[in-house]
Amino acid sequence: MSVSPSSAPLIALRGVRKSFGHLEVLRGIDMDIRKGEVVAIIGPSGSGKSTILRTINGLTPINEGSIRVGDIEVGDPKLDKVKLRHRVGMVFQQYNLFPHRTVLQNVAMAPIQVLKEPREQVEERARRLLAEMRLPDKADAYPGELSGGQQQRVAIARALCMEPEVILFDEVTAALDPEMVKEVLSAVRKVAEDGVTCILVTHEMGFAREAADHIYFTDRGVIVEHAPPQTFFTEASDPRTKEFLSKVL
Amino acid sequence: MTASQVVSTVVEWMPFILRGFGLNILMSVLAILIGTALGIFLGLGQLSRLRLVGAPSRLATQLFRNAPWLVLLFYCIFLMPYQVNIGGMTIVLPSWLRATIGFSFPVAANFSEIVRGAVNSVPHGQWEAAEALGYSRRATLFRIVLPQCISRMIPPWMNLYALLLTATPLSMIVGVEEALGRTQAAVQAQANAAMLLPMYLALLALFFFYTWPINRLSRALEGRFGTK
Ligand SMILES: Nc1ncnc2c1ncn2[C@@H]1O[C@H](COP(=O)(O)OP(=O)(O)OP(=O)(O)O)[C@@H](O)[C@H]1O
Ligand SMILES: [Mg+2]
Repeated sequence: MSVSPSSAPLIALRGVRKSFGHLEVLRGIDMDIRKGEVVAIIGPSGSGKSTILRTINGLTPINEGSIRVGDIEVGDPKLDKVKLRHRVGMVFQQYNLFPHRTVLQNVAMAPIQVLKEPREQVEERARRLLAEMRLPDKADAYPGELSGGQQQRVAIARALCMEPEVILFDEVTAALDPEMVKEVLSAVRKVAEDGVTCILVTHEMGFAREAADHIYFTDRGVIVEHAPPQTFFTEASDPRTKEFLSKVL
Repeated sequence: MTASQVVSTVVEWMPFILRGFGLNILMSVLAILIGTALGIFLGLGQLSRLRLVGAPSRLATQLFRNAPWLVLLFYCIFLMPYQVNIGGMTIVLPSWLRATIGFSFPVAANFSEIVRGAVNSVPHGQWEAAEALGYSRRATLFRIVLPQCISRMIPPWMNLYALLLTATPLSMIVGVEEALGRTQAAVQAQANAAMLLPMYLALLALFFFYTWPINRLSRALEGRFGTK
């Protein structure tokens, strides 16, 4: 996705701080993400990557700082949650599909029940998305009947069916067997190519390198450095980044 | 007394005892209905994030769950009025009805825990996924979480019913003419020690053949839902 650097960021985090009890998990996070951009967040376990994602769609309230998505101020106490969730979708490591609903219902239910869109229209869109995720014949199956990779692709279709501008991916391949990682990564790439802004937490360095426009490296609640992938992987300057990369590459 | 005499005596008294047993069934059915309805509110109340709802629900649940059923029964029998006046109409509350209400409290408290347990057995990720899709907490509960766990509540609910039925003879103590009371009356009327064991055995069989299929069914369902 080509991005004109001058355009105003779609998502802006400023001095975001978050504590759980006495543990300060985010210690002043700043990020600027433009529309259509693909951003990868990498870093050691427990460094706050998931928490960053969860603050962006308001799942985790923050203690300090500000988060803006388009014209939505996420910390606003009068925030219209539905509007935010309409705009920002999320895909989880454990898929979290609803087991009592078919694949098609999983994908279509939120737009129908939450956004109150007409059923036929939503179901048609859901079928199209399932086809794009290469699951056209699974519409009437239940999640329990699918492989992990298939379930994760349903979860991606479910997020897409809300027609969000941004999708947050939290280690979406971490629970998968190696042979399924590829199919899910190509699904993520498809989402990115269609112009949806993607923020992904990942341990797949190869994928981050080729698919991301920008890479953020977090450690202990701060962003140590960020750069486009070419620069990041070859010219990382901070010793913490170097140490992490030496372990994972 | 020959065996056939014993059997014919038991059979003779059976209709009398069965009419009492009908009251046991009636009390248990009414109490499970009232208790379940109340228990749903208590159980969902326990899960509420509102302190004003959550705390009293948890308190009531613990209170009624840990109190002996007989004590709750005494409370209802002796504290509830014998009759109520509604707009000039006097409605008499017979002791079996007051006893039924007494049984409803522990049933509600136990069902409240069943509801809470079932809801909490649904993985947290389900709540998160729903929240990320814009569902409110209430909508998540009713549209996503409860539909998943209702099947899990049925077996313990059936066990609770069986337990309730076996507890209904307690109401004999407060003067309800149910099966145990009638059996006792029948034994006394015969003034024959040889009939004592057979009569009570017949009563046991009555309870057993009523509750045993319920427990079996509940077991079978548990196996079915549990593996899912
Ligand atoms: N709800 C919570 N309550 C308390 N502590 C939490 C909560 N969520 C996260 N934490 C803590 O915050 C820290 C950062 O967690 P986070 O999940 O953001 O890390 P992460 O970078 O995503 O790690 P991983 O790579 O293991 O997923 C961890 O120490 C975690 O234990
Ligand atoms: Mg994480």
